[in-house]
Amino acid sequence: MNKIGREDGNTDGPNSKPGSRRDFLFKLSLLLNAAVGAVLAVPVLGYLLGPGLEKGENSWVALGAVADFPVGEIRLVVYRNPVTTSWDGKTGSVACWVRHIATEEFQVFAINCAHLGCPVRWFAQSKLFLCPCHGGAYYEDGTRASGPPPRGLFEYEHRISQGILMISAGQLPTLATEAYAPNPLIQIGKPEERSSSL
Amino acid sequence: MMSKLKARGLDIFHWIERRTGLVSPLIAAARHPIPASSASWWYVFGSAATVLLGVQIVTGILLALVYVASAADAWNSLQFLNHDVSLGWFLRAMHGWGSNFMIAIVLIHMAQVFLFGAWKFPRELTWMIGVFLLLLTLGMAFTGQVLRFDQDAYWGLGIGASVMSRVPLIGGQLVHALLGGPIIGGATLSRFFALHVFVIPGILLGCVGLHVWMVLRLGINEWPMPGRLVRKATYERWYHEHVQKDGIPFVPGGAWRDGLFAAALLLALGCCAFYLGPFGPTGQPDPTIIQTAPKPDFVFLWIYAVLAFLPPSLETPFLLIAPVIIIVPVLLLPLFAGEGEKHWSRRPVAVLMVALIAITLGVFTRLGTYTPWSPIMDAWSSDPTPEQYLRNRTPLERQGALILQEKQCRNCHALAGSGGLRGPALDAVAARLTEDQLIRQVLQGGGNMPAYGNALNPAETTALVRFLRTLRGNDLSPAVDPSRSLTQGDNAPGPASRP
Repeated sequence: MNKIGREDGNTDGPNSKPGSRRDFLFKLSLLLNAAVGAVLAVPVLGYLLGPGLEKGENSWVALGAVADFPVGEIRLVVYRNPVTTSWDGKTGSVACWVRHIATEEFQVFAINCAHLGCPVRWFAQSKLFLCPCHGGAYYEDGTRASGPPPRGLFEYEHRISQGILMISAGQLPTLATEAYAPNPLIQIGKPEERSSSL
Repeated sequence: MMSKLKARGLDIFHWIERRTGLVSPLIAAARHPIPASSASWWYVFGSAATVLLGVQIVTGILLALVYVASAADAWNSLQFLNHDVSLGWFLRAMHGWGSNFMIAIVLIHMAQVFLFGAWKFPRELTWMIGVFLLLLTLGMAFTGQVLRFDQDAYWGLGIGASVMSRVPLIGGQLVHALLGGPIIGGATLSRFFALHVFVIPGILLGCVGLHVWMVLRLGINEWPMPGRLVRKATYERWYHEHVQKDGIPFVPGGAWRDGLFAAALLLALGCCAFYLGPFGPTGQPDPTIIQTAPKPDFVFLWIYAVLAFLPPSLETPFLLIAPVIIIVPVLLLPLFAGEGEKHWSRRPVAVLMVALIAITLGVFTRLGTYTPWSPIMDAWSSDPTPEQYLRNRTPLERQGALILQEKQCRNCHALAGSGGLRGPALDAVAARLTEDQLIRQVLQGGGNMPAYGNALNPAETTALVRFLRTLRGNDLSPAVDPSRSLTQGDNAPGPASRP
């Protein structure tokens, strides 16, 4: 060790004692790297956690003319998620169940079972939504009928604007991120109508 | 001439060795002494898992030459691999079967190490890294299942998101972090691609390196002998003397078994891939196609089954707490029981635990293969009404049989062995329930059955119950409410009026 140090032309001696110039400079380099690292970590963490921290924002999506939904029936309707990329492909399309109760009275359910998100199917004869995964069952008003789901079907907030049925949509409905969001991104129609529907 | 060539080769070797200095330590590591007792067929599973990891890396890189990690195109690129790229199907099959083989071998390795007491002092950390390696291998299997971007992958992500959403307070953020956005889409697949191809393999390789390094440094576990106890104060000296006295070099004494087993395993893997073919992809990842019964891959079927049996109130606590309760004790086991007996014959609890875990996993996996808890969605329209249940029945009873089909009762209830298994089979229902009980059960539901009061009018209910009253198995006596005849007088027809 000693020999190599001298051959290098370094005359400080091989052992850096605590408090020596060498020791100080090495600690300084560690400190500088820690400081620069901490600064650079901010944008990295921001990028990484971005999707998690973003509040899912909903938009009003048109499902079709009220007249297209027969009263007393439940229909499967497909809409395009309000925010998609071109590489989302088919996954950017979402299906939902529309129940037309009376003239202006609707219920719009997410197809995702409240248990683990599998797609529920409507059986008109027995008036039940059944889930293929673990056998969750719901009545036609979306309330839980049996099986493992902890609650009824997720329901979209909806409104009728100039004869068009619209829902507030934008995120995968789960127990933490329900289909319902209090302030949809794009507001269509008069603001007072909106506040009455909240 | 030959000797000249040999000398030239040696020169090149020395030139490299002088500059890298790596070959001699590698040779020394290969010839490190192992206890003669450890040169056994039971000790081949660790190296086999490493060989399979190598297969996964090679086949994975080859698949990445063609695969497109885009939600719009991934499914098409898999079809292209299966049908248009020559031998693309075989590479997909190797990678898919390699995953199953690797999980199986890692589990066998873990059970062997556990039963042989190899996790005791001083190899505690080797075990703990090994537990991480199992979790990382399962992580590779799950993310790999997502990259096979089909219907099952799509709804599997939905299940993952639903589980995440049950975490209190930050559930919503976790869902968005998992999916990379508000819905399952392009961002989700890119995220899982990065995990499957960069993040998890990187950590996995690092952990494997550490794991193998510790095996070399501490020496392979000796074959346990009943009554030979591990003591921290004496074990290392004893082991050192043991291998000095009785040891043999790992290469070739132990390594030839590893080599032979690896070759047999690779051959078996190749045969599975060749004869059984690649996994999927199943239907397109189109969430608007809801005629699907999503299912996870084989290794996760047991979790899928467990989730069917939890009551709603217990589900969230179970999902959040059970993984901790299972993983933490396994991880910390050697810190609390690092000394003492190694031999399985003197550790009955350990043997029982391995048996219990194996049986539990087996039973739930078996249940997951035929999902008795799921309604069979097309049973009502496809399963015939058994002929014997229509013979000699009145028109009203036959009407009831039609209603049983039409109201989808068969989706959950079997008749003569066909139909759903969610509810009890109805072949002998009249022997269990009286007429009043049948009516009540149909209209109000209960015991995991929905109420059909809104779906049946009184005439339909009457017909249905009349039909159900005829279902008495092999002429069992019908269920009778003894008080009925008293309350309705003598002229009321008893429930057993049918001959």
